[in-house]
Amino acid sequence: MSLTRLVAIARKELVQILRDARSLIIVVLMPAVLVLLFGYGVNLDLKGLPVYVFDRDGSQQSQDLLRHFQASEYFHIEHVVGSYPELTRALDDGHAKMGIVIPWDFSQRLRDGRPVEVQALVDGSDDNTANVLIGYSQAVVQGYSAEVQIDWLRERGLSIQPAAMSVETRTWYNEDLESSAFIIPGVLALVMSVIGAFLTSLTIAREWERGTMEQLISTPVTAMEIMLGKLAPYFVLGMFDTVISALIAIYWFDVPFRGSWVTLMVASAMFLIVVLSMGFLISVLAKSQFAASQIALLITFLPAFLLSGFLFSIEQMPIALQWITRILPARYYVSVLKKIFLKGTPAHLLYADLVPLAVFTFVLALLATRSFHKRLE
Amino acid sequence: MRKGEVFGFLGPNGAGKSTTIRMLCGLLKPTSGHASVAGFDVSREPELVRQNIGYMSQKFSLYNDLKVIENIRLFAGLYSVPSNQLKERIEWALSMANLKGQENLITGTLPGGWKQRLALGCAVLHRPPVIFLDEPTSGVDPITRRQFWDSIQQMAETGVTVFVTTHYMEEAEYCNRLALIFRGKIVALGTPSELKRDSMKGKILLVECDPLGAAVEALQSAPDVMDAAVFGNALHLVVKDAAVALPQLKSYLTDHNISVTRMEEIRPSLEDVFVSLTTSREAAEERKP
Repeated sequence: MSLTRLVAIARKELVQILRDARSLIIVVLMPAVLVLLFGYGVNLDLKGLPVYVFDRDGSQQSQDLLRHFQASEYFHIEHVVGSYPELTRALDDGHAKMGIVIPWDFSQRLRDGRPVEVQALVDGSDDNTANVLIGYSQAVVQGYSAEVQIDWLRERGLSIQPAAMSVETRTWYNEDLESSAFIIPGVLALVMSVIGAFLTSLTIAREWERGTMEQLISTPVTAMEIMLGKLAPYFVLGMFDTVISALIAIYWFDVPFRGSWVTLMVASAMFLIVVLSMGFLISVLAKSQFAASQIALLITFLPAFLLSGFLFSIEQMPIALQWITRILPARYYVSVLKKIFLKGTPAHLLYADLVPLAVFTFVLALLATRSFHKRLE
Repeated sequence: MRKGEVFGFLGPNGAGKSTTIRMLCGLLKPTSGHASVAGFDVSREPELVRQNIGYMSQKFSLYNDLKVIENIRLFAGLYSVPSNQLKERIEWALSMANLKGQENLITGTLPGGWKQRLALGCAVLHRPPVIFLDEPTSGVDPITRRQFWDSIQQMAETGVTVFVTTHYMEEAEYCNRLALIFRGKIVALGTPSELKRDSMKGKILLVECDPLGAAVEALQSAPDVMDAAVFGNALHLVVKDAAVALPQLKSYLTDHNISVTRMEEIRPSLEDVFVSLTTSREAAEERKP
């Protein structure tokens, strides 16, 4: 191993990155774009869902119930329609996520103390939204129903029994249940997959495509020096991008950061070595820029996006898929990220994630060093 | 090959010139056989071979997106040029490539001939005892080609062994020794004059006559003529014995209503040798089942 040769390769690689507008844009803007995109664009909080109402009663009481719906941040009453077909049409064309039908004898039945049913038509094409709507509309109606009962008892001079039981909830780690706090830490894994695997796979395949690799391997430089020299600038840039992404998350999106920077940097370095090694392996096998970039996206970016627990909780995946996530390095890194950011879990309690990540780091780095030979074909 | 000689490797496209060079540089693994370069075995000690050679591949393969000086620095680093020699070697490479004062140009913007000389400069920064040049002058204008060969000759004079492939016959004349390669086999080996003297099966007659086309046709079936080919505005004939054939052919052509203005024996050019050797090989191989 010669430091002179390693540095020569690394310096050349850095100059090439800085001179190539496309890779420079990816390196500099990608972290910011991804964090902003997911910070603003992906919002799993369901608030202000459009609701249409067909009020057949039109009484003081029915207006009261609707005010309760309107008061909830989850519903927004867009229209009060005059007929049933108008309501179904709004559901059909997607203007309404839910339709509420209040029966003509709503206030009459309430006055008589008889049970009354309010119909809620829910758009079930998105099951998650539908579940939320059903749950919250039941809560709203039950709340109103309790009020009505209390009034009914009071009017008759009966004593009011306070509710016997209630749940006092307190949410930890993500106190306001902001989905951005849940999502943004995981974006770091995406940024690294792009910088690490995608860019790296391009740069080495490019050397084969342009024939410069032939000149390179005719010199005394060793396979190890080529690999380390080529990956070193990307390692530095990847770590730089990690810090940038973390800072945007913390200071722009107010994502809590409760853990230690040291743990974050160590885990990030491990994951970066994993994706760099993957990018290197891919480029050695593919030898064309196009093939390499496609494979890199397929085996690093997509799993990091879909199966790492970044957006979709692993516990809710089918069992088979849950097992598959165990062979994804991104899963462990995303888990570490969320714990460091939101929980502040100290390093020694992260071993369940850090140990598998370290194993991946070691194995993939080893595979990468073995994969490259200084031969043409 | 001997030390300090310019050894030319001549052959048609696909004959195996580049493959040979790549095997000698340790870039391809030989399927069988041995080779040693600068005293090291190419399959067992490829790294020692690489420290002692400079290689210029057929396709320009420096970095087009780097500046001239950045390419030179890169290869100086890869060849571990000692820092106390670095400045002098960079200066040398720049002056050899005629790129002094142009250090900061992006390599991709240079004309082809300059690029080739820069590539040569980069390949010999570490003063290797042996250099391999794979068609170094393809696509380069004649003047630059001439300068390029001057640089090669200068290096050879300092004791560097040069192994060069080409398919330009006039370039072959610059070589101390030549090997003609055809379909992966060496068909002739020697100095250019040895090849011209010994490798031809017959003698060459130069014929200036009119009309040329009819003459070629007539001569194909003439007795004693082994081959007839057009060279510029004259014909080259291959015959067994010039003294016998000369008067015979003169009258043969006159009989065919072709006026002969000049007919004499000439020394064969390398191109004659090359054409004659490859066509006879081709014929021999076709006769085999």
